[in-house]
Amino acid sequence: MPHVAIIGAGPSGVFAAAALLKRPELSVDVFDRLPTPFGLVRYGVAPDHVKIKSVTAALAKVFADPRARFLGNVTLGTDLTVEDLREAYDSVLVATGAPHARGLGVPGEDLPGNYAAADLVSWYNGHPYTGTAYTTAADAIAVIGAGNVSIDIARVLLKAGAGLTDSDVPDSVLTALDRHPVREVHVVARRGAADAKFSPAELLELEKMADVDLVVDPVELDLSATATGRYDTDRTVATRVGIFRRWTERPRRTGVKELHFRFARSPVEVLGEDHVTGLRLQLNAIGPDGSIAGSSGTEDLPVQAVVRSIGYSGDPLSGLPFDHDRGLIPNIDGRIGPGFYATGWIKRGPGGIIGSNKACAIQTVSGLLADLDAAGEPGTASALARAQLITRLGARPEPHRRLVSWEGWNDIDAAEIALGVTRGRARTKITDPRRLVDIGARRAR
Amino acid sequence: MPYVITDACVDIMDRTCVDQCPVDCIQEGERMLYINPDDCIDCGACEPVCPQNAIYLAESLPAPLSGYVAINADFYTATDFGPATGGRLTVVDHPAVARLPRAVA
Repeated sequence: MPHVAIIGAGPSGVFAAAALLKRPELSVDVFDRLPTPFGLVRYGVAPDHVKIKSVTAALAKVFADPRARFLGNVTLGTDLTVEDLREAYDSVLVATGAPHARGLGVPGEDLPGNYAAADLVSWYNGHPYTGTAYTTAADAIAVIGAGNVSIDIARVLLKAGAGLTDSDVPDSVLTALDRHPVREVHVVARRGAADAKFSPAELLELEKMADVDLVVDPVELDLSATATGRYDTDRTVATRVGIFRRWTERPRRTGVKELHFRFARSPVEVLGEDHVTGLRLQLNAIGPDGSIAGSSGTEDLPVQAVVRSIGYSGDPLSGLPFDHDRGLIPNIDGRIGPGFYATGWIKRGPGGIIGSNKACAIQTVSGLLADLDAAGEPGTASALARAQLITRLGARPEPHRRLVSWEGWNDIDAAEIALGVTRGRARTKITDPRRLVDIGARRAR
Repeated sequence: MPYVITDACVDIMDRTCVDQCPVDCIQEGERMLYINPDDCIDCGACEPVCPQNAIYLAESLPAPLSGYVAINADFYTATDFGPATGGRLTVVDHPAVARLPRAVA
C-alpha cells in the first residue's frame, strides 16, 4: 500500500488527496501547520462569500474515507523534516500555498496606515497566527492591485461590521470595522481595464451595495482602449470592460460611499510624516500591447490608509529547491524531483480561483501516479518509520503542540457553530490558537 | 445565481470544465453538459476555461439563451430525463437539447 504525504490541507492539498484516493491501493496523510483544515477557503475567501466558502462541504467528504488522515497542528521544518517524510512516505506532495504578501518597494510603505492585503484578509477571517487588525480611522483609503482580493477588501471595508453579520468573522472584527467606516475607496491598477484580473462576477456583485457609488472616469478607461482591441475574442475581457464602461455612465449621488476604480496608475510613494496622509501615483501611458510605455507626471491621492494587494509568495522549505523571484518551488507539471511533487500556488504561483486548483492537482497527481507505477514496487516506504513519526507528533509534551485529528477538527467545527448560535449567526470563528488546539486535541488526551 | 451551460456545448462536450469544478456539479448528458444549480457555489472556475465560451453566469446570460437556466436545472430535477441515476440506465438530454439539429459532419 503506497502512502503519500500531502503538506497543506488547503483546497489544493485536499483536491490532490481526492485525486489520489481514486486509486484504491493508496493512502494519504494530509498535514497542516494549523489545527484546522481548508487553508484559504477558511482564511482567505472573503467572509461575506458564504456560498463559495460552502466548498468546505465538498472538501470534507474526502476525509470520510478511512484512507485519508488529517494531521493538524504540524509544521514542516519545526515538527518534522523533509528527510522524515522521505523515509516514511512513498511520495510527498507539497501544497503549502503562497502566504506572504509582496512589498511595493516604494518610500513610505512602512508608515502606520499601510497594510498588506494578506495580513488584512487573515485578520478579518480570524486567522489564529497571522493577521494585522485594521485600526486606522480613515475616511479614504487606496487598495493597490488589479485582482479580486482588492475588490474583496474594498467591499468588506465599505460594508463594515453591519454587512458581515451573516458571516463567520470573530466579534472583534465586527467591532473594529464599525469603529470608523471607510467612506471612499480607490482601487488602483497599473494598467488598463483589459489587463486587470477582476472577474466579472466580483464586479457585478459590487452593484448590490445600494449605498455605494461605483465610479470610473471615462478618460481613464479609454487610456487603454487601443489595448482592449487585442481581446476582441476574449469574452471575459469584453464583459469586464463592458461593466466598467457602464459604470462611467452612472450618475453620481451625494451623501453615499464611493468606490473608485483608477486605471493606468502606479504607486511611487506613500506620503506622510508619522502616518499615511496620501499616495503619490505615477500616471502611466499604456501602449498598444497593454504594457506601460512611459509616464506623464504624477498625482497625489489624499488617503489615510494604503492596502497593497500586488501578489503573494510562498515559503521556501528546507531541503527543497525554491525560486525566490517567482516565490514558488520550481517544478515541471508538478514534479520537483524524485518522490517530491507540488500543487496549487506553491507550484504555479498565486492566481486563479478555487476550482483552478482542482485541475492543477489532477495534473500533479497523474504525474505522481505514473512515477509510482513506473517504479514498479509500490509501497516500499517504511511503515515503521511512518508509525514512529505519527507517534512522535502525537507525543509532543507542550499542550499547544498537540496533534489535531479529523475528529478533533469536527469538535472545533461544532464549537464554532455553537458559539455562532449564541449570537444568532451560523458560525463564529475561534481565533485563539491555544483554544483551537484545546478543543481539537481533547479526544486524544 | 449559478453558472449555466448553453448550446455552444452541444455535440462538442469538451469537458475541461469538469476538472475545474470544485464541487463536481457538472454532469454529462448525451449531447451537452449541465450544471446543477443546487450544488453550484458560483465560484466561476468553469467559465473562462470553456473553449466554446458556452458557460455564463446566469445573470449575465444573453437574452436568446435565457431558456438554458431552466434547461440546466430541469436536467437534475425532471423524472423523465436527466443523468443516469435512480432507475435510469443511460443519460437522457433535456428534450429542448435533444431536439436540436445535429451538425452535418
